[in-house]
Amino acid sequence: MNTTRVILVAVGGQGNLLASSVLGEAALLSQIPVRMSEIHGMAQRGGVVESAMVFGDAKSPVISDGEADVLVGFEPSETLRALKKCNNQTVVITNLEPLPPFTVAIGKGVYPDLNELQNLIRAKTARLISIDAVRLAREAGNELAVNMVLLGALIQTEKLPVKAETVKEVIRTKTKQAFVESNIKAFELGFSAAQQKNK
Amino acid sequence: MHKLLSDQRDKKMLLLGNEAIARGAIEAGLAIGATYPGTPSSEISAALFEISHQSDLYFEYSTNEKVALEVAAAAANCGLRSMAIMKHVGLNVAADALMTLAYVGVKGGMVILSADDPFMFSSQNEQDNRYYGKLSGLPVLEPSSVDEAKEMIKYAFELSEKLQEPVLFRTTTRINHSSGIVTLGDIAPVNSSGDFVKDPFSYVTVPAVSRNLHVKLLKHWDEAKSISENSPYNLIEGDGPCGIVCNGISYNYVSDAVKDLGCEEKVKILKIGFSNPMPESTVKNFLKGCEKVLVVEEGEPYMEETVKAFAQEEGSTIPIKGKSPSHFSRLYEYSPALVRKVIAEYLDLAYQPPAIPDMSDVPEIPQRPPNLCAGCSHRATFYIAKQAAAGMETIIPTDIGCYTLGLLPPMSMADFVICMGSSVTTSCGFSKATNKKVISFIGDSTFFHSGIPGLINAVFNNHNFTLFILDNGTTAMTGHQPNPGVDMTLLNQTGFGRVDIEDVVRAVGVKEVTVIQPFKLKKSIEAVKKAFEFKGVSVVISREMCTLYAKSLKLQKGKRYRVSDKCKNHRDCINQLGCPAFFLNEGRVQINPAQCTGCAVCVQVCPENAILPIKE
Ligand code: SF4
Ligand code: SF4
Repeated sequence: MNTTRVILVAVGGQGNLLASSVLGEAALLSQIPVRMSEIHGMAQRGGVVESAMVFGDAKSPVISDGEADVLVGFEPSETLRALKKCNNQTVVITNLEPLPPFTVAIGKGVYPDLNELQNLIRAKTARLISIDAVRLAREAGNELAVNMVLLGALIQTEKLPVKAETVKEVIRTKTKQAFVESNIKAFELGFSAAQQKNK
Repeated sequence: MHKLLSDQRDKKMLLLGNEAIARGAIEAGLAIGATYPGTPSSEISAALFEISHQSDLYFEYSTNEKVALEVAAAAANCGLRSMAIMKHVGLNVAADALMTLAYVGVKGGMVILSADDPFMFSSQNEQDNRYYGKLSGLPVLEPSSVDEAKEMIKYAFELSEKLQEPVLFRTTTRINHSSGIVTLGDIAPVNSSGDFVKDPFSYVTVPAVSRNLHVKLLKHWDEAKSISENSPYNLIEGDGPCGIVCNGISYNYVSDAVKDLGCEEKVKILKIGFSNPMPESTVKNFLKGCEKVLVVEEGEPYMEETVKAFAQEEGSTIPIKGKSPSHFSRLYEYSPALVRKVIAEYLDLAYQPPAIPDMSDVPEIPQRPPNLCAGCSHRATFYIAKQAAAGMETIIPTDIGCYTLGLLPPMSMADFVICMGSSVTTSCGFSKATNKKVISFIGDSTFFHSGIPGLINAVFNNHNFTLFILDNGTTAMTGHQPNPGVDMTLLNQTGFGRVDIEDVVRAVGVKEVTVIQPFKLKKSIEAVKKAFEFKGVSVVISREMCTLYAKSLKLQKGKRYRVSDKCKNHRDCINQLGCPAFFLNEGRVQINPAQCTGCAVCVQVCPENAILPIKE
């Protein structure tokens, strides 16, 4: 079996650990070997959370720089920061809504221009899918479902041997009952947003 | 029911390494567990604590790692299966107990889990705790994967009972915080009724007894050696002429690299999972078939030294490489690409490094360091201390917890920290060595962990400093675990005592004790000024619940604040307080209502009274 390596980066509180566990459970249901590792340096205190997911036969749960097949960024400047994980074959999916770090608020840094940021990513990778995930999450009825929107977009790329139906089944059984409906909706909106970008 | 209590044998589950370890302990019939929380081990204890309310397991948050180890040691000497769980530096705290417990040994199986943290994702050092095995004479096991970790825990209990010695179970962050698919096994019944058979001449370690016990330990060591020799966790793969010895997470990197490089024919891999004592004959036989050997292990050259010693005994002169500038470092973590590169060079194979994008035209991306939460009471306390100390030359020893982040600007309230409890004790030293005002900070859990002896020392030796005890009602940094000062009824838990910090401070003889509510700035600053003037040791207890904890308990107050147009853009709120709820919008300060917790500290800092409550 081929190995597919996916990196998810987010800011603490954006729910990427839930996204990766949903994806991991979907792989388990699909009988695809999966290993993941997460680095959450004080995530609850506003730091960066990174999960690496390795599908297929490789044993290492870690992804080296330049070796991600897909990068999913929950926050545009964090997507850009994680670009070193990519190569010119990588597909990048990013949410476009910035969460400027506090260093910007106190004037200790400048937030990158969103157009320039996207051009840079496009120039260095195979493909960029930019999504206004916060708007779609709101549309789905739950602002916090950014993770499900991005998951939908990821599945649409067909870079992973996991079917949309399987992911939805996991969302139904493993996410909080009160949010299942909005999570599914968000997943579908992300899926079709990525489809639009394909056209 | 907790998901780790599932009795569905052969069910496949996606588990975090730490959950797999907890499940392994449950399958082994763990009866008594104790811990002091510490990343990357904390999720093991979180799971076991929860499970203990639903099963016959007894599990406690102890005041520190030494206490935890001794609680478990006594249980194991009553014939029960016990476990002590800690992060790597925690084993330093427990080391005194460990060294002589090795002499005494155990009756029931006892596993001591040490979670090492190469690269120091969340630690103050990256010490390699395999050396504790050598130092104490105890066996060391190291899993390479999540599923292996679960099985190995069961093996560890059996091994401990066979040897009548505690077993060190050493993980690294990449095992603890990895997830993988685990197959559930049967859950062994818990035997929770122990009995202690008096035998003082085996248990009371006066010199005459210990002289015999050391002989016994060495006998156990020899037995351990022969078990290690045949352990299923020390195994050889392949039979090429180039040897690779590896352990833990590195085994996966080696395995993948050999496959990616297509050099299966060239190598022979010795994977070491039972790493102390090393399997002598296995290693020696392995060396015989090799032209050269590469040792791949994160951390110190622990296996490398042993392999070299074995080769010397055999009169072998084959090159054995590991740590060196052209191979592997003693620093930080390894990665799949690094291991692939070194193996390719070692075997003289063509190697294509990953094509990392050229980042030279990427503008500097603003850093995102972790920050104290919006509305964190520590920020208010730092502000108060800073105002009260205006004009003084200060030295600020701090301690280990969220408040270590006080190091960052705009607070810059941390000058020195080495370990748990060191704020108090180094304050004693700093105040003797200099004439500067020494102000130190320690959290509630850390105070109970190892702050109290330092404070007693300060009283007895009449040192001169002010200690802030930041009592936020929980062990915040590691994920809100209980400590002896915590009100357990808030967590719907009964049957716990509660130790009042103020009572402790007064009882050890501190004469100048002030309790402040840090969200009341003016009153607090006045009180703290008085504490600073006191000659001798003064203590300020700053009492306010951790806001993240309050939120999880649904105890946060509703009010939120906004910046009104009275704001004259002094930005004192940003420059002196730096609550992360602030942001700049077209050059004007605003508050993100989704982040504001309503502490109203900024309201008191603003000279224009421009920050007002949002009317709901
Ligand atoms: S978790 Fe609690 S103590 Fe830690 S930074 Fe947040 S509010 Fe402060
Ligand atoms: S009241 Fe002010 S200091 Fe407190 S959380 Fe809100 S913005 Fe931050």
